[in-house]
Amino acid sequence: MAGSNPNAKPMNLTLKVWRQRNRNTEGRIVDYKVKDISPDMSFLEMLDVLNEDLLRQGEEPVAFDHDCREGICGSCNLFINGRAHGPEKGTTTCQLHMRKFNDGDTITIEPWRATAFPVNKDLSVDRSAFDRIIQAGGYISVNTGGTPDANEIPIPKDIADRAFEAATCIACGACVASCKNASAMLFVSAKVSQLALLPQGHVERKTRVENMVAQMDKEGFGACTNIGSCAAECPVGISLENIAIMNREFINAKATSNNLA
Amino acid sequence: MILDSKIPEGPLAEKWDKHKFNVKLVNPANKRKYDVIIVGTGLAGASAAASLAELGYNVKAFTYHDSPRRAHSIAAQGGINAAKNYQNDGDSVYRLFYDTIKGGDYRAREANVYRLAQVSVNIIDQCVAQGVPFAREYGGLLANRSFGGAQVSRTFYARGQTGQQLLLGAYSALSRQVAYGKVKLYTRSEMLDVVIVDGQARGIITRNLITGEIEQHSAHAVVLATGGYGNVFYLSTNAKYCNVTAPWRAHKKGAFFANPCFTQIHPTCIPVSGDYQSKLTLMSESLRNDGRVWVPASKETAERLRKGEIRVSDIREEDRDYFLERKYPAFGNLVPRDVASRNAKMMCDEGRGVGSSGLAVYLDFADTIKRNGAEWVSSKYGNLFEMYAKITGEDPYEQPMRIYPAVHYTMGGLWVDYNLQTTVPGLYATGECNFSDHGANRLGASALMQGLADGYFVIPYTIGDYLAQTAPKPVTTDHPAFKEAEAEVRARVQKLMSINGTRTPDEFHKALGHIMWEYCGMARTAEGLQHAKKEIQKLRKEFWSDLKLVGTEGEMNQALEKAGRVADFLELGELMVDDAYNRNESCGGHFREEYQTPEGEALRDDEKYAYVAAWEYQGDNQPEKLNKEELHFENVKLTQRSYK
Repeated sequence: MAGSNPNAKPMNLTLKVWRQRNRNTEGRIVDYKVKDISPDMSFLEMLDVLNEDLLRQGEEPVAFDHDCREGICGSCNLFINGRAHGPEKGTTTCQLHMRKFNDGDTITIEPWRATAFPVNKDLSVDRSAFDRIIQAGGYISVNTGGTPDANEIPIPKDIADRAFEAATCIACGACVASCKNASAMLFVSAKVSQLALLPQGHVERKTRVENMVAQMDKEGFGACTNIGSCAAECPVGISLENIAIMNREFINAKATSNNLA
Repeated sequence: MILDSKIPEGPLAEKWDKHKFNVKLVNPANKRKYDVIIVGTGLAGASAAASLAELGYNVKAFTYHDSPRRAHSIAAQGGINAAKNYQNDGDSVYRLFYDTIKGGDYRAREANVYRLAQVSVNIIDQCVAQGVPFAREYGGLLANRSFGGAQVSRTFYARGQTGQQLLLGAYSALSRQVAYGKVKLYTRSEMLDVVIVDGQARGIITRNLITGEIEQHSAHAVVLATGGYGNVFYLSTNAKYCNVTAPWRAHKKGAFFANPCFTQIHPTCIPVSGDYQSKLTLMSESLRNDGRVWVPASKETAERLRKGEIRVSDIREEDRDYFLERKYPAFGNLVPRDVASRNAKMMCDEGRGVGSSGLAVYLDFADTIKRNGAEWVSSKYGNLFEMYAKITGEDPYEQPMRIYPAVHYTMGGLWVDYNLQTTVPGLYATGECNFSDHGANRLGASALMQGLADGYFVIPYTIGDYLAQTAPKPVTTDHPAFKEAEAEVRARVQKLMSINGTRTPDEFHKALGHIMWEYCGMARTAEGLQHAKKEIQKLRKEFWSDLKLVGTEGEMNQALEKAGRVADFLELGELMVDDAYNRNESCGGHFREEYQTPEGEALRDDEKYAYVAAWEYQGDNQPEKLNKEELHFENVKLTQRSYK
């Protein structure tokens, strides 16, 4: 076995899982037992075990989103024991391992809860609001071809590094799920500051922030009250500093542009 | 059928420029009249969708994910190659071309690979303009690192998440076109068939994964950018949803499938830890820049280590065998992936593997940490080290990583000509989904390059040529071909739902994976392949009589999705085995034990097998027909690959 703890015993757990047929029906918590869970399993592999059991018994498996299982695609999104992606800091659900739990534990598993993220089924939610915010301005308007040589514009390493840090957001939505206002400020600000930091993004910086913020409000995300749970629960460590950058960008845009949005 | 690769005439370096001049153009006003369907929104799909929409075509982009940004390109770690020669270390378009042909063990088309090397430089310019935050030096210019199979530093990177940054660049370009209304985006839509009208690809049938609705979509041309089929092995570094369904459906409608047995086993993955394992995690090849690969020099030491009688730190320097450095002094730890993987397997077969299963070798950073400090290592590879620690519960700063080869990439795919068109007119395949550029082995940091080359810089020219030349008539989904294809898809879904057996889709998938890995994995034999063929046929029969599903097809049903994909893998697996059996040589990732040099290196047979094997579907349960595209090497001399 791979784990640091070869003597760790298999665990038996009680799961309290949110079940909901579709967007238009009411959901409820259902209890399940899982047995012989290896501490080296990932959390999603533990759910695989549950789902295989359910399917064999002729019951519907629990729907949940996942794909890369490497912590980068941003698909997985479980609210575990009241925390986005569970108890381990800086970790997506797929990278959370069962060695963080104990034999006999009861684990509550819910979907992200936000008006802007309606439930598709069980633990799967619709996060297309994030796509629409990016469509509103989360890009630099360049067509394919005709771009200057990549080394034409030197970018100071610290600026490039900060832009990179902001750009590592995986759009999982943990920030929204962790915020008492279901605000999307951390997500939106990560993209705004990445592009505001880079010289290539300067041309459109004002319209970008105005349009993205307008779309964010339209999608029904809440306002930011500077609590900071978003950054505390972010699995990839997106900094709260981005929200400050976005606020500055926004005020600057509103004060000096044509107030497009 | 004679395969026409449509390689332009003339000297290698002029082919693409000449071709770009010779292609027919569609004038801007007419582009608006053409619809193009693009299936898949990874690097190859998103870049094509954005570029075609910018030109004025109406694009319909499909993904089975909830967002285009989730495509598996996002997980690519190490980097992207480009012949920029920013390092002044002797790189050039020709060298990148040469390295790629050689790395592919002389089983790729010269003309395609040369074009790839040419446009590689434009890709970097494009990505930087989009705001992709590549790693930079203190002077503000772009940084590079080295990858396997090359002696120059030509790999551009964004820490260990280059794929993510490139995909987000392409996704932003795509999103901009969605906002302009030039791309209509269909998320959570899985393509289940392609529709052929009068011999041309004119649309697709999809299933909405939320509502279960079967939908029809028409267009003037269809592009498949649906990735690779590594998940046929069940365990691979691919994301869980990666599958072969779209290209396989196209194959059954007439698109030839080329070199299916060419699969890449990546040397540096975290070893399997138990039966429950759902996927394998790659540790980027870039780690081989600074990590040293070794096993204990003697079997006895390895055995004591596995039993826990000694610790890794107890093994003295002289009792360690840095086997890649020993056997390949010129390339050392940076030999190509197939060579590194095979050697790791050899060490384990000799009984010198580590970890409790003995199926692992060490990747050790102790020397680098001593030389440059842990902080330096963390700044370069921090996220990879963290990921390793999370998965294994071990600290790679304190003890060497344990790694083992795992299925990672598939060089085979839909056969395409120089224009990336399949054998079905109007049906294109780009990125990992086609077979075109990597021969029998892909070099590191070349997948991202190919996906973006195809999407940004090739398809926009070649699809215009097709539309201008054929001027396809408007077709709507009222055409009987759409009704027929839809009925087939419905029947198939209902058949899956009605079997009412006892075994889950995952059980069948795991069983198939075992067969494939055992007999069609890192080492293959004629006998083993024949055995595998029978096993797969048997398993397929069981699947169609004993599959268990619950729920209905008219709603979100993830087990049903899985079952459809496994059904297609069960057919593809047999073709891979046939292809591996047919190819009586070893080359790149295809290693037939009967064909090796005295040193255990792959032994090619250029007389008989310097061809692309393009398989033609002949009907259910019929043997497929082999078509050959001979490969002509006019610029590169075929030699025994040597990295010594």
